[in-house]
Amino acid sequence: MRTLFLAPLWAWLTLFVAAPALLIAVIALAIPADTVPPFRLALAPDALIQALTDSFYWHGFLGSLRIAAISTLACLAIGYPMALAIARTSARWRGLLLAIVILPFWSGFLLRITAWIGILRDEGYLNAILSAVGIAKIQLMNTDAAMFIGIIYCYLPFLILPLESRLSSADRSLEQAAADLGATPVRVFVHVTLPHSLPGMFAGLALVFIPVTGEYVIPELLGGPSSITIGRVIADEFFNNNDWPQASALALILLAALVLPATIARRAPRGGRI
Amino acid sequence: MSGFVTFEGIELRYGAHTALAGLDLSISQGEIFVLLGTSGSGKTTLLKIAGGFLTPSAGRIVLDNTDITALPSWQRPVNTMFQNYALFPHMRVAENIGFGLRRQGMRGRELASRVEELLALIRLEGHGARRISELSGGQQQRVALARSLARRPKLLLLDEPLSALDRSLREETRADLLALLKFLGTTSIIVTHDQDEALAIADRIGVLREGRLEQVGRPSDLYERPATRAIAAFLGAANLIPVRLAESTADTLSLALPGGATAIMPVRPIAPAGLLHLALRPESLTLTIGTGPNTLAATVEGATYRGATRDLRLRLPDGTPLRANLSPDAPIPPEGSALRLTWNPSRAILLDR
Amino acid sequence: MTRSPFLTCWLIAGLTVLYLPIALLIGTSFNASRLTTQWSGFSLRWYVAMFHDTALMDAAFLSIRIALVSATIATLLGGIAGFALARLRRFHGRTLFAGLLAAPLVLPDLLIGLALLLLFVAAERLTGFPQNRGALTVVLAHATMCIAYVALVVESRLASTGTTLEQVAMDLGAPPFTAFLRITLPLMAPALLAGWLLAFTLSLDDVVIASFTSGPGATTLPMLVFSTLRLGATPILNALASLVLALAAGALFAAWRLGRARKY
Repeated sequence: MRTLFLAPLWAWLTLFVAAPALLIAVIALAIPADTVPPFRLALAPDALIQALTDSFYWHGFLGSLRIAAISTLACLAIGYPMALAIARTSARWRGLLLAIVILPFWSGFLLRITAWIGILRDEGYLNAILSAVGIAKIQLMNTDAAMFIGIIYCYLPFLILPLESRLSSADRSLEQAAADLGATPVRVFVHVTLPHSLPGMFAGLALVFIPVTGEYVIPELLGGPSSITIGRVIADEFFNNNDWPQASALALILLAALVLPATIARRAPRGGRI
Repeated sequence: MSGFVTFEGIELRYGAHTALAGLDLSISQGEIFVLLGTSGSGKTTLLKIAGGFLTPSAGRIVLDNTDITALPSWQRPVNTMFQNYALFPHMRVAENIGFGLRRQGMRGRELASRVEELLALIRLEGHGARRISELSGGQQQRVALARSLARRPKLLLLDEPLSALDRSLREETRADLLALLKFLGTTSIIVTHDQDEALAIADRIGVLREGRLEQVGRPSDLYERPATRAIAAFLGAANLIPVRLAESTADTLSLALPGGATAIMPVRPIAPAGLLHLALRPESLTLTIGTGPNTLAATVEGATYRGATRDLRLRLPDGTPLRANLSPDAPIPPEGSALRLTWNPSRAILLDR
Repeated sequence: MTRSPFLTCWLIAGLTVLYLPIALLIGTSFNASRLTTQWSGFSLRWYVAMFHDTALMDAAFLSIRIALVSATIATLLGGIAGFALARLRRFHGRTLFAGLLAAPLVLPDLLIGLALLLLFVAAERLTGFPQNRGALTVVLAHATMCIAYVALVVESRLASTGTTLEQVAMDLGAPPFTAFLRITLPLMAPALLAGWLLAFTLSLDDVVIASFTSGPGATTLPMLVFSTLRLGATPILNALASLVLALAAGALFAAWRLGRARKY
């Protein structure tokens, strides 16, 4: 009965999740060729070795790591006080404020990028303001700065939502008791609020960090040639160089880098849950 | 056994843990049987076995001469009123009450009139179209009761039926519940941890401890003749004083209390090797100036005024704590003062377990 | 502890920055001028132009069709998965099941897209199906991506209600399947609806997975917007963004009103 009930799901997950993951490994070991599709099956570790040794790819991986780390920390710095402020409002306001945070999120993320292009482009609003006050135009589009603005803008809600949910579940009387016992607001935050919020904070950080590592669209649209991410490298190998084994080898390494820590974290005993 | 409901050798083990250890119980038709016990005593487990949500490792349940042990819950003529009511939030009051009837195939006018009848029984006429969230706690309790009575179960199980209610509402609802069950003549097992509730509603009480029935009997039997120290302490919070058998004659027992006092009481069989305790209810102690048998000396440690009584916290010379609920008119003894108490020997209970 | 003025100011500033680009974009969409920053009068010309842009309209309708179908598949499968995780405490291969289910949730879109493309290419070589890539392969990919989201929503809803209500139903004479239909399914319904909406939105919003798994002749709206944006923003896109935002706000408001109307 149970087997029958879950059979379609098992079939779907095997076909569309397990099999493709295996295929990445298979094709990472293939040899590029001028055929359709552009590879010949083999057991050649060339692409994997290349992916691990070529400094160009290392730049890709490290670039992704750098961009993900900076964006995640920036989201945390901006988002934590916002989440805390929302969590401390009354129930009525809380629902409304959460809806306000989520709404732009439903408008489509490419369209939110469109809005920023309108601001950042050479003839955009920012430069219009600058020239109105007599400052020379600056190029913002296709720079790291524009890319970071885009990433932080798009991923901020992912950090705020789990964090706010955890913060609002906190027992306010603990904070009040700490304050009553003479703790300053800063001490109350460090010793009571912050430790309680950690699970929500980590969930939010992961929700930003992981997708940004593989982010392709925002660096492509707002970033410059130096804003290299591994996502851009993989897409480039795939679409422009037509080198499927190389793209697969890079994808395989990224997959391992993302899945292994998560698996280990899952095995480790956990203190709190969201 | 020949009861209307019989549990024969019910056992439930999870690995090394024994939740119920070979329990035998017989309940007659129309009886209100209360299972009393602390949490972890196995009372809810027994209720789940009766309802068909747990299968016993051994033993059988016979209801009205039919073995129902193997029947799944939806085929048993047994219904449960769950703790916290578990009303279906997405259904109206009438749909909740009619749920079990619909499963029997009842529809249309017959269903509507039976639901209306049940609503009248719980004094909620005209509330059928209400949402569950619109009802007060007391009203929800009554809807849950009506829902579990709708199929006219041969056996009704009630899991802490009054525990979710406010104290002020509990007494009134308890009387209503009792009157309704008696009016319908429904054979019921009620699980509770509240001894007052058990004493007030039960025809018979079974005290469960660590998966065993420690004593079964009418409320007055349990209160006046508890079988063990645990029951004496649990039901009515009796004072337990360790005693030694000093002398036994043909019709009296003479007992030595700590501090040199003696108690004399009618003879009764006692286990020879048992450690003896004298159980004295706080309300059966009174002040005295006498010094003969059946009196004892104690030191006052504190007093609490309760309106109907003045409760004293005392200590015997050997350190045994003692409580006495005296008349509020009695003079207030200062803390640390000594006083003497006496009791009616027929109210004293000698325990050998 | 009273609310700190710092937090309040920070929140207001944050929300302002969140909405400023959107407000500017909406304003720009009604600007008659092609130049972003030069206001030359209120006009609906970009909205008119948008509805006359056949490529854009085709892409929009294709995206909506793909989102409808893939959200429905994801809701069916994700509903079953969420139910299984919440209610069947132990079943064979539960850990593997949960892992496979969660994979698309935690992996970047790029990896999902690449992996599924490889699958479709391999499957075509081996079995001849799916013949070429297009709307069908995007639907399969989007459904795969969204199952986990639906499952997550359904599982948390069921976990929060517990199994007591189903026990009550069985106690009142409902066999397990009837209890499922009468109790579990209605309890799941709001989560299924929320999951469907989420899947629909995710599908409509996706550009990376669609770029990998689609083929010539099947350009979804985000794919079209992406390729347009690479060449620079156009006033038509401002109009499109404003329209989508209005629809989203309307849907959110309707959901809120609906939630207020039936509170239990």
